[in-house]
Amino acid sequence: MKTGFSVFLAAFVALGLSWCGLVYGPLKQLGGAQETTVLQSTDKWPVQRTGDATLGLQVYRANGCAACHTELVHQTGAANVLTLTDIGVHKAADLKDFTTSLLGTVSELTTASNTVVANLAGWNGELPKVIYSGADDTVVSMLGDKFKAVGVKTEARVIATGADIARGWGTRQSVAADYLYDSPVQFGSLRAGPDLANIGVRAPDLNWQLQHLYAPRSLVKNSTMPAFRYLFTVKKIGAQPAPDALVLPKEFSPATGFEVVPTDEARQLAAYLVSLKNNAPLYEAPFTPITAAK
Amino acid sequence: MNLTENNENKAICSSEIDASCRLPLLALFGGAALWLVLGLALGIVAMLSFHQPDMFADCSCLTYGHAQTAANDLLLYGFVMPAALGVILWIFARLSQVTLVLPIVPVVAANLWHLGVFVGTVTILFGGSTGHPWLEYPRAAAVLLFAAFMLISVSAAATLGFRTHRELYPSHWFLLAGLLWFVWSYGTANLFLVGNHPPRGVVQAVIGWWLTNNLLFVWLALAGIGIAFYFLPKIVGKPLASSGYALFGFLTLIFFGTWVGIPPSAPVPAWLPTVSAFGALLSIIPVIALGIVAMKTVCCAKVPCVGGSFCFIKFGVLSFVVSSLLYIGEFCPRASRVLDFTWFNVGVTQWQLLGFAGMILCGAIYEILPRVMGKELPFAKLAKLNFFLFAGGTLLFVIPLLIGGVEQGMKLRDANIPFADASAVALKFLRISTTGQLLVLLGALCLLLNILVMTIQWKLGLVKTVVSVVKDSLIEGSAYQPLPGDKEAKS
Ligand code: HEC
Repeated sequence: MKTGFSVFLAAFVALGLSWCGLVYGPLKQLGGAQETTVLQSTDKWPVQRTGDATLGLQVYRANGCAACHTELVHQTGAANVLTLTDIGVHKAADLKDFTTSLLGTVSELTTASNTVVANLAGWNGELPKVIYSGADDTVVSMLGDKFKAVGVKTEARVIATGADIARGWGTRQSVAADYLYDSPVQFGSLRAGPDLANIGVRAPDLNWQLQHLYAPRSLVKNSTMPAFRYLFTVKKIGAQPAPDALVLPKEFSPATGFEVVPTDEARQLAAYLVSLKNNAPLYEAPFTPITAAK
Repeated sequence: MNLTENNENKAICSSEIDASCRLPLLALFGGAALWLVLGLALGIVAMLSFHQPDMFADCSCLTYGHAQTAANDLLLYGFVMPAALGVILWIFARLSQVTLVLPIVPVVAANLWHLGVFVGTVTILFGGSTGHPWLEYPRAAAVLLFAAFMLISVSAAATLGFRTHRELYPSHWFLLAGLLWFVWSYGTANLFLVGNHPPRGVVQAVIGWWLTNNLLFVWLALAGIGIAFYFLPKIVGKPLASSGYALFGFLTLIFFGTWVGIPPSAPVPAWLPTVSAFGALLSIIPVIALGIVAMKTVCCAKVPCVGGSFCFIKFGVLSFVVSSLLYIGEFCPRASRVLDFTWFNVGVTQWQLLGFAGMILCGAIYEILPRVMGKELPFAKLAKLNFFLFAGGTLLFVIPLLIGGVEQGMKLRDANIPFADASAVALKFLRISTTGQLLVLLGALCLLLNILVMTIQWKLGLVKTVVSVVKDSLIEGSAYQPLPGDKEAKS
């Protein structure tokens, strides 16, 4: 490193390599990505947003919601789940005995025996009942067949697992395809608030969203989400109350004779939030949706 | 290059070199200190949202999403970058043993830069952020920053070109690479993400991560270590411990460090995070190597530290090693499962910005300012106080975030713990951390005060000189007039 040129060259090559690898490569590989189809269906994914929701993404960006919220669901694995849906003429206690005997006699089922017994302990016949959830899919098919033979209906599903999924933040992990129509893509970097990738499924009500933006504490006790009152206007009630005025609990409502009306921005933001869904099984992130189960 | 000129310049003494840097450095440092104070204050304002969520419900400018973003950018683009550029200019002039080439260019550039930061900050506060992390400034501001950086680089490179010693010093490698690094990564990222046709989907995030890593890890390391490797040997009065090791550290840093950045959990093709994880693993090498070089240089030095520049820079290098290792740890898939999306991340970034880069830059500024201005610091005691406030404040700011982040991450991983409980844990730590932020702010005020008073004294000095020159000429002129006494004598 005696001359300026050699330093320049070294830095140029080093950064150039990573530029090719981490900028140009992904651009080539992913830049031309197209929409995909939902598993076992002809529906396209991601769903194109409505005009309002598309504008809402910009409101989300402009207000820095991504400083506290992520839109990225993790999953740690997948599980095969067997659920009892209809036990026919049998009694719960009989079925328990039957299951225990199966577990003792069929060799493929011995590994799952502890889980199943634990699941059935204290079960009084309420349905649907998850009897097995684990990695082994032969257990699910074997048990399912044995039950079918005696007239008991079951449902076998594949589900994603992990804390995010268990919290209801999504049905499966987020994949690249989910973000095709986002610009800018806003993964977020801090979960000061819950993940929002699936908020459209969790809280599909526009009015709930608007009220939550105006006064989070009116819906969630002790919420630490900042209120976004500046996205609303407080007006004197005219001859007739505005049809879209918020219906607020007493301690959050404005002075009598006034009403809170969302601005266009608030409405667009709510439309965007409701459009955020992570509920379609994809090739990269498969699971069995509830309706499609046999 | 220009041999005759070189020979002439040999006779130049340090004070002339320092004087040639005066204007550009005042412009760069003064603005940087001001942005630092504003950035820290805005960061504290942002944090208030967590203590009192309704606080800015009617004031869109200061809502958390605006204030926090603007504060982060002020620290990086407002403070660290211009301060580092100023120090780089001075180091290049000193190492070259020539006066700064084209000193007017960096003065103009400094003003463009500060204008860019101002435009960017205001735009973010009014909701115009681009939404890409660390690239939030809108196009106009980005163009200003880019142009200013190029101008300063030209002046720096020209000063380097006129150097009297042909051989480069280790600091040169780091700082020169740093100049190229910013231009390329910031330029690329802006072209792709803030340009007219951004790529579709997750590629945006990948480019964003690439930029973030190249600025916050590689660029900061290049600038910070380059500066430290200049000052440490000067202060302890012996040469840099091992040029060979330094070269090794430099090369491994630029070749491995630049691949880090894609988090293990990213929803992108698996090869990307895998490459990044390997890059992160290999980046341990330069971090340790550079740390060893610095340690060997300062060890057994009998130089007292007592809050002076030496303290600042030693603390900065130590912070470099620790914060870099923590940063690298985040890319380990196992750790990331806990640490992803927690305050840990925030803590590491602040440590890199304030504890590492900020510390080294402050030390360098306190070392350079008296030389450049030709007089002692007006408040040398405050400079010492600044060290203790910065060191204590940064630790108090960052460590609770790290611990809180780990706790939050553990709780988030367990779906049986409600989300609100996981956040509540972090809130406790945020209180302590805001106290630390306050201390750092006080320290920054010391810096600002020193620079401000020095500037004012210097300007007053200028005015005085002008006045006395004018006075002299008036008196000279009045010599032709009869003095009042003469009149009396006559009458
Ligand atoms: C200071 C951090 C912060 C910011 C900024 C923030 N939020 Fe929140 N958000 C939270 C917290 C904490 C919660 C959980 C408590 C609650 O539901 O009110 C939350 C909850 C939510 C929820 C309900 C999630 C659920 O699972 O029930 C939605 C929707 C939401 N935020 C949307 C937004 C939008 C839109 C913005 C931007 C305008 C925003 N948030 C900005 C912290 C924040």
